[in-house]
Parts: sequence; C-alpha cells; structure tokens
Amino acid sequence: MLRSGAEILWECLVREGVDVIFGIPGGAIMPAFDMLTQFPIHHVLTRHEQGAAHMADGYARATGKVGVAVATSGPGATNLVTGIATAMMDSSPIVCITGQVVSNLIGGDAFQEVDVTGITLPITKHNFLVTRASEVAQTVREAFYIARSGRPGPVLIDFCKDAQVEKAKFIYPEKIDLAGYHPPICPGQADLQNAAEMISKAERPLILAGQGLKISSAAEELKQLAITANIPVAMTILGLGVFPASDPLSLGMMGMHGEAYCNLAIQNADLIIALGMRFDDRVTGNLRTYAPRAKKIHIEIDPAEVHKNVTVDLPLVGDLKATLTQLLPLIKPKSNSNWMATIEDWRNESQMRDILSQPKNGKLYTAQVIGEIWEATHDEVIVTTGVGQHQMWSAQYYRAERPNQFITSGGAGTMGFGLPSGIGAWFSNRQGEVWVIDGDGSFQMTQAELSTAIQENANVKVAIMNNSYLGMVRQWQEFFFESRYVGTPLRGPDFAMIAAAHGIPARRVTRHDEVQSAIEFARTTPGPVLLDFRVVKEDAVYPMVPTGAALDEMIRRPIPTTDEFSPIDVEKVAA
Amino acid sequence: MQHTLIALVENKPGVLNRVASLFRRRNFNIESLNVGRTEKPEISRMTIVVDSQYNKASQVEANLYKLVNVIDVQDLTNQPAVSRDLALIKVKVHPDQRAEVANLASIFRGKIVDVAEETVIVEVTGTEDKIESLVELLRPLGILEMVRTGNVAMMRGNSSGIRHTPGANGHENLEAEN
Repeated sequence: MLRSGAEILWECLVREGVDVIFGIPGGAIMPAFDMLTQFPIHHVLTRHEQGAAHMADGYARATGKVGVAVATSGPGATNLVTGIATAMMDSSPIVCITGQVVSNLIGGDAFQEVDVTGITLPITKHNFLVTRASEVAQTVREAFYIARSGRPGPVLIDFCKDAQVEKAKFIYPEKIDLAGYHPPICPGQADLQNAAEMISKAERPLILAGQGLKISSAAEELKQLAITANIPVAMTILGLGVFPASDPLSLGMMGMHGEAYCNLAIQNADLIIALGMRFDDRVTGNLRTYAPRAKKIHIEIDPAEVHKNVTVDLPLVGDLKATLTQLLPLIKPKSNSNWMATIEDWRNESQMRDILSQPKNGKLYTAQVIGEIWEATHDEVIVTTGVGQHQMWSAQYYRAERPNQFITSGGAGTMGFGLPSGIGAWFSNRQGEVWVIDGDGSFQMTQAELSTAIQENANVKVAIMNNSYLGMVRQWQEFFFESRYVGTPLRGPDFAMIAAAHGIPARRVTRHDEVQSAIEFARTTPGPVLLDFRVVKEDAVYPMVPTGAALDEMIRRPIPTTDEFSPIDVEKVAA
Repeated sequence: MQHTLIALVENKPGVLNRVASLFRRRNFNIESLNVGRTEKPEISRMTIVVDSQYNKASQVEANLYKLVNVIDVQDLTNQPAVSRDLALIKVKVHPDQRAEVANLASIFRGKIVDVAEETVIVEVTGTEDKIESLVELLRPLGILEMVRTGNVAMMRGNSSGIRHTPGANGHENLEAEN
C-alpha cells in the first residue's frame, strides 16, 4: 500500500515509542503536521523552537528515551540550534525533524530555505537530508538508533516538503546495518583484571561518577562497586543523583563549585576511577596540577574522550553497565579506613562554613531557599535548572537521590534551559511534579514557555531566585574585575504579574519565614505555579576554584564572625 | 610530526564535508587530503596527512570513527607503506631548453605530457621528497603553475595499519543493540 512521506514519518515515530513531540508548525513542515491527527502522538505547541529542543532534551533526560522536536525550515530550524548544541554537549538523545523546501529548489535561496544540515553538522551526532518518501522509514529508524545508542546525542532529519507529500511503498526496516557505526560494548578480560588489581592496591581510591552511568543505567553497579570496596563517590554536575546524596560515601559535586572535601579528595587520592565522565575543564581546574598523586582508570564508551584532557593509566573503552558487571566479581571488600577518616575531617571543616549551618538572620539566601525546597520535596520530584548561580546552589543543596532527578545544562551552560526542560521532563509521565529552579536572568530567556506550561497544564513549579543581577557574571566581576558590574544589573519585570497574565498562580517571597508556606502553596495548587524569591542580591557561590587555579586552591566561604558574611576570602585569592 | 591516516568512508553526498568539518571543529591541521574511489563502488578512500603530536593523532582517529559514515581508519605512520604524490608542473621554457627539462624529468622518472611554444608540463610521481627535489631544480627556469594530489598511501603486504581505538572496530555487538 502506498503512503505519503508524512504518514510514514509518524508511523515510524509511533513504532519507536514516541507519544509526544514538541514544536511549531510552518510552511515547509505543514504536510507532515496535516497527517499528525491520524496517529497517537500528542503535539506540544512551544512558543519558540529553542523551547522545543530543550523540552525534547528534558523529556529524554527524565525518561532515558529519545525526545522529539519538530520545526519548520529556515528560522524555525535555526531556532533549534541552541537546543541541539545543548543536547550535543550533554550527550542527550533527541531527534529533531525540520521541514525543508521542495527538493528541486534546494540551493536556490527559496523562501525560508536554510542549509540546516550544514549548520548543525558539528553539533549533531549525525544528520540526514530526506528528499524522497522512499527514504523516510530507513532514515527515521537509523536516526533513533544513532541518537540513543553508544554515546547518545542529537540527530537531525531535514525533510523536504515534496518528500512529505510523495507516496511510497511503506516497508519498515526490521534491521539496521550501518557499516561505519558500531558502539563499543566491553573491554577485554585482561584490562578488567588490571583494573581490579589497581583498586585492591589503592589506599586512597576515589570514584568520579559521570552521566555515562545514568545513560547506561548502571547506578546499581556503581553502588555495589563503591560499597564493596568502600570507595567514596564524587559526581560531575550531570552525574548528580546517580549515587544517592544521602549515602555516607557520597562527596557530592566536584570541580569549580564542588565541596572543598570533594576537591581535596581528588587532589589527594592515589587512585581515580573515572566512570562515564570526560574531565571537563570545570571539573579539573588546572590540568597540570590535577590529581597529581593518582593513578587513573577511565571507563568510557567514547574512545575520543580517552586521553583527551587527562592522560590516564588504564582506559577501558566500553559500555559502563556491561563493563562494571564484569568487573564487580573481581572486586574484593576493603575498608580504606584511614582515607575515610581523613575525608570525614575535611567534611566536618566544610560543614562549619556551610551557609545552611549559619544562624538564620531573616535574610533570604538562595542556598537556604533551595535547601527548603529540597526538605519539602526530596525524592518526590524532578528538578530542572537554568544556568548561573542558582544552578550551582541547586547542584550543592538539592541533594538528588535518584538518577534522572536533577536535570541541568552542564557542558553548554545554556541559560533558559530550566523552564522548557522542566515542561519536557513533566511529559515523562504527565503526572509527577517538576520544580524549575531558575534565576531571573536565565528565566527571562525562555519565559515565553509559560504559555506552553499553562496550555498543557503541566505541573511545573517555577521557583525564581531573583537577585536582579546576572548573578554568576556579577560574582566573577566581584572576584576578578574589581566589582565593576558591567552589563549585569538586571531590572526584571514583576514575575508574579507575568504569571498572572498567563493565568498562573504566583507568589512573591521576600522574607525567610515566608518560604515554607510558599512552597506548600505551590505544591498544593495543581498545574503550573510561579514563586518569585527576592533573594540577597550580592551573594556568591562558594567554594570557588578560579579558572586556571589548581583544584585545591579554592575561594572558601569565610567562617562568619557576625551574622553578616564578608563577601570574599581575600587571602585565598591572592595566593 | 606528520601522520598518514587512511579512512574508508561511505560514498555518499556530504561525507567529504563531514570529514573536513571534523578537522576544523577539533582544531586539527590537514596537510593534505585525497579522496578517490575504491574497488567497491559504495566505498571511497581518503588519505589524510595531519601534522600533530602522537596522542593528538590518535584523537583524530577516534574522532573519525565517531562519524557514522566512516567505516575504517588505519594509521600508516611508521608502518611499511607505499606512499605517492603526483604533480603536474608547468615550466616556462625556451625551445632550446626543452631537452634540459626532459632530461631532468627523466632522471626523476617523470615525463613531459604537454609541449607548447613557451611552456611544457612535466608529470612526476613519487614520494613528497622526490617531487620537492624536482621542483627545486625546475624553479630557476620559472614554474608557471603546479598542482599536486597530496599523498595517497597503502600498506605493503597483507597487513593493515595500526588502529588506536580498542573496541571501536567490534562488529559483534550490532545485533544486541538492534
């Protein structure tokens, strides 16, 4: 039976398990949209294509399945670009489908023609241009397979308008045979034996847990490794949640804004076991001084990440779950008691400086607000964030217990990621509760998606940490540019009124004693809610490793002598 | 140092662009790149010469593998391989100097493939060094134009080149994922 390219597209999506897509129609994708009602796929109308890509991304990170974004040609396609680059940097499996002008007009600068496969070449794992209906089924099948397998990533299908209308015989390809694409599975037995020996000989071992563990569903294997051999676990920002924050072996987040005890552990470890992470510069600080005492084992599915930033002693290229499953039987129980005691001392010292240990002074500190959101919701909700100070505080104080609970733009650092990724994450089951912790600057970049949230009645609770600054840039200006606040003061709108204009219930919170009731209000009000927290304006995220500094040269939060905190530990900066 | 890599790629539109784009994106410098058909119509073969440190060369290789259209990559650096460059050199030459140019060319096992009133075109094949030497000898006569293919290379004997990326060549896992 002959079917149109559009029908074949949706049929293939249904067979891939897609039941929701995010996007905006337009000229070159209209034939596809016209057929959509005949298939059990819900279309979420976003207000900007960037939002669509982030929603697909949020959905993918919450479910582990492929998220789908759809846009028209030209500006519709280029608006996806930020979202695609975000997904690429964070290895998130999304498939973007863009309309393209009629195939024989390609190259002629037709209306809304843009070379989107060219534009997205370096920010997709792969992309396709479809000019014939007969290519659709094979292409969609390959796109989904490439997006989710190996090291996942975004795949784009540019779909010519005439191919959407053209009829072709529908043959669903049962098998995929990509001559040049074979994700690695498992390293050899000898290497595993070596790894086990290195672990058993180590006195100060440390696991660096990255997002690869989530992608590979290897949280349980990680737990067994850590508990069997008593190895503390530091996490990258994207790894947060893969090991429960409440476990005594958890050291939380590592790197630029990691806890001091975590970074000290890295610098003093004699063995680092890096799992599904890529030694990003925000994680390592100065490479020349990084983890100088440690031998390094790196288990990673992408061979191009091995030795890229940090030369390691034993690379194991393979899927983490498969590799750890084979490694675990070789691991012998150990105590590492001296090492654990040292880390405990560091941890106690950090505890004293922690802002949550300070006496409340009535002021609204972002860390405290996030701490209270965590108290009220932990283990029950998904949290997404924008990018900036609030993101780092969320990473520090929203102590994620489960993989896929904490969703944030790590590699690309895309402001505006919070709200749309939160809406996308909500669609993972359309029943749960999602908290979007955002900054006032970050939020305004994709604020338009509030309309999407209310149109879909998505249960997202938007908590804006409103300090009237582009806070992270302001912090850098304070630390490294002699407090010259150029371009960072931000006169925002009244967010409660913005919410009201959308028909979204909202509250403004200015005092610490109002926080709990506001959170309660948000949780008991169905559908989207917005909370505008007017937090302390010139607060800084501590600890901080300045760019180019060694990981243990941190700027620490000073231990306060009064209830006011002095903003910066000058001695440490000078050193 | 210079590294010579062989990449077998799918013969599809845009693949050359993907490879070239990868080198630009990852900040690897291409010395020369040559593409041509192979004995199989669906596969093209690239010979890529990059100038980089050793560990960067293995990064190049690993990144090439990440391209879906790249089927196989071999590093021929320091391996027993045949490597050839072809040059066409147009030399400005007075009729009574033609014999001199023909002589030079024949010493390098080259030949004159075009003769005009004031010019000849010399064709020569060989290693890059050999062609450099001929070019230097012809330069005083006046080289008007020159074109070179860049290196094409092939391993000697039965073997293939070094592969740096463990696991990336495994074919056994395809069924499992499908």
